[in-house]
Amino acid sequence: MAEPILEVRGLTKRFGALAASDGLDLTVRRGTVHGLIGPNGAGKTTAINQLSGELSPDSGHVLFEGRDVTRLPVHRRARLGLQRSYQITSLFPDFTALDNVAMAVQIRGRSCFGMGRPARRDPTLRDPARALLDRVGLDDRRDVVAGGLAHGEKRQLEIAMALAAGPRMLLLDEPMAGVGRRETRRLMDLLAPLRGEITLLLVEHDMDVVFALADEITVMVKGRAIASGPPESIRADREVRRAYLGDYG
Amino acid sequence: MASRRTVVLTLGLLLLIGLPPAALAFGEPFMVTLWSRILIWALAAASLDLILGYGGMVSLGHAAFVGIGAYTVGILGHHAFEGSAVPFLPGDWSGSALALVQWPAAVGAAALVALIIGALSLRTAGVYFIMITLAFAQMLYYFFISLPDYGGEDGINLWQRSEVPGLDTGDPVVFYYVCLVLLVGFLVLAKRLVDSRFGMVLRGCKQNEARLRALGCPTTRGKLVAFAIAGAGAGLAGALAANQTEFVDPGLMHWTKSGELIVMVLLGGMGTLVGPVFGAAALLLLEEVLTGITEHWMIILGPLLILVVLFARRGIYGWLAGPGARDG
Repeated sequence: MAEPILEVRGLTKRFGALAASDGLDLTVRRGTVHGLIGPNGAGKTTAINQLSGELSPDSGHVLFEGRDVTRLPVHRRARLGLQRSYQITSLFPDFTALDNVAMAVQIRGRSCFGMGRPARRDPTLRDPARALLDRVGLDDRRDVVAGGLAHGEKRQLEIAMALAAGPRMLLLDEPMAGVGRRETRRLMDLLAPLRGEITLLLVEHDMDVVFALADEITVMVKGRAIASGPPESIRADREVRRAYLGDYG
Repeated sequence: MASRRTVVLTLGLLLLIGLPPAALAFGEPFMVTLWSRILIWALAAASLDLILGYGGMVSLGHAAFVGIGAYTVGILGHHAFEGSAVPFLPGDWSGSALALVQWPAAVGAAALVALIIGALSLRTAGVYFIMITLAFAQMLYYFFISLPDYGGEDGINLWQRSEVPGLDTGDPVVFYYVCLVLLVGFLVLAKRLVDSRFGMVLRGCKQNEARLRALGCPTTRGKLVAFAIAGAGAGLAGALAANQTEFVDPGLMHWTKSGELIVMVLLGGMGTLVGPVFGAAALLLLEEVLTGITEHWMIILGPLLILVVLFARRGIYGWLAGPGARDG
């Protein structure tokens, strides 16, 4: 068993009377694909937002690679190698696809505020960005403005950007949301080879995707984890079936 | 073949270079003074475009930095003339009349004030940012009104223009060219800046700041640096403005001046750097012409501005230079 890369202990976040996270415990092992599932309103996105630092928990701890990052701001966590993608695509709409990825490459580097030479003619930014666009299959859409890409393409771009940032762990919030069957396939083919290289925490509604990709699955209901384990045991778990999978027959 | 943009820029620059001899030849020396003023406000507007057009920061207090620059020149010149010590500074330095001292001091003071105001204002965004920059600028406006040593509401006179060894800055034509060189220099530097990595972050902030942070970029720090650089540019414009009118008063910092700067940026074309030069020329020339017709010239300017915002969103420069004008 690989050692944990991310440990979440007793994470709690309340919005008024609603506890979106209610003592959430979660352990993600290095190099695995970890699925996080649960019915609508279970608090999956709220959990992701606290892991990435966009929301600050009321109590509990987030440990990334053994370090307590609970109070670190978003950009500091990102620099430690904890990256995320968004449920609603979050790009730079006026930049080209290549600019978008080059931006991610730039921020990973040491001089993200350099004032010297023109960034758009800098091969140390453009070359890795081109390679990543090739990797996600967007090489022929390089010079298209991101706002003008098709929905599935935006998803691919989003993943290229997250990868460009050189993450050790990637939080993927519903990467397949609103994407057709064929694009889903393509995205899965993109994500599967990352196993071992990067740890993935995958929040996803499409059960076929989660059960196909995940090494381990955690089921969330009402802000807490009710079960965690390999896909077979989750599928067999009676409580999980009652709380959640029952809807799917 | 040269692009339309290159043609527009080259023609514009040639016109500006050739303007003083032409104005003198036609017996219109006043044009030189008017166009000096245009160049100065163009510099201030271009510095605003850096944060407004590229960084998406709508500051309604940019004229405050023009005022700080102008007062720096005014105060240093005042003490140099009187031979008295400059207050708030250690020692008993009695100012200077040298441009080499006054102008960098103006730029530095404006950048420093911008750094302080920016550090506080950039905690907010959107409408709150507009309101807080406005509030700070008005505070400075009233601060200078309440300084009787420097003329209070009436302002202070410059006893002489800033001295540049070997140049007679008192001569309108010489002064015009000084303004032109500084404006072009600023535009070249600013263009380099917006094309650099720093500039890409700045443009990214306008489009999607949250994503930049998620990628690991401390965006607030970047925006603050941009805010201070823009303040520095406005400070230089202020130093020139003080020299041109040989007079400094708090009116320079009033929020309506900040509003005019935004109008210049919008009119000329936001996010183009050169656009604000066209915007400044258009606004000040219109003011010049329209005030000759009626003192309520704003009645004509207002609808005109609405038309530009509705139908020519890329501004005068965008309209002249075509789609290549704006670098997104």
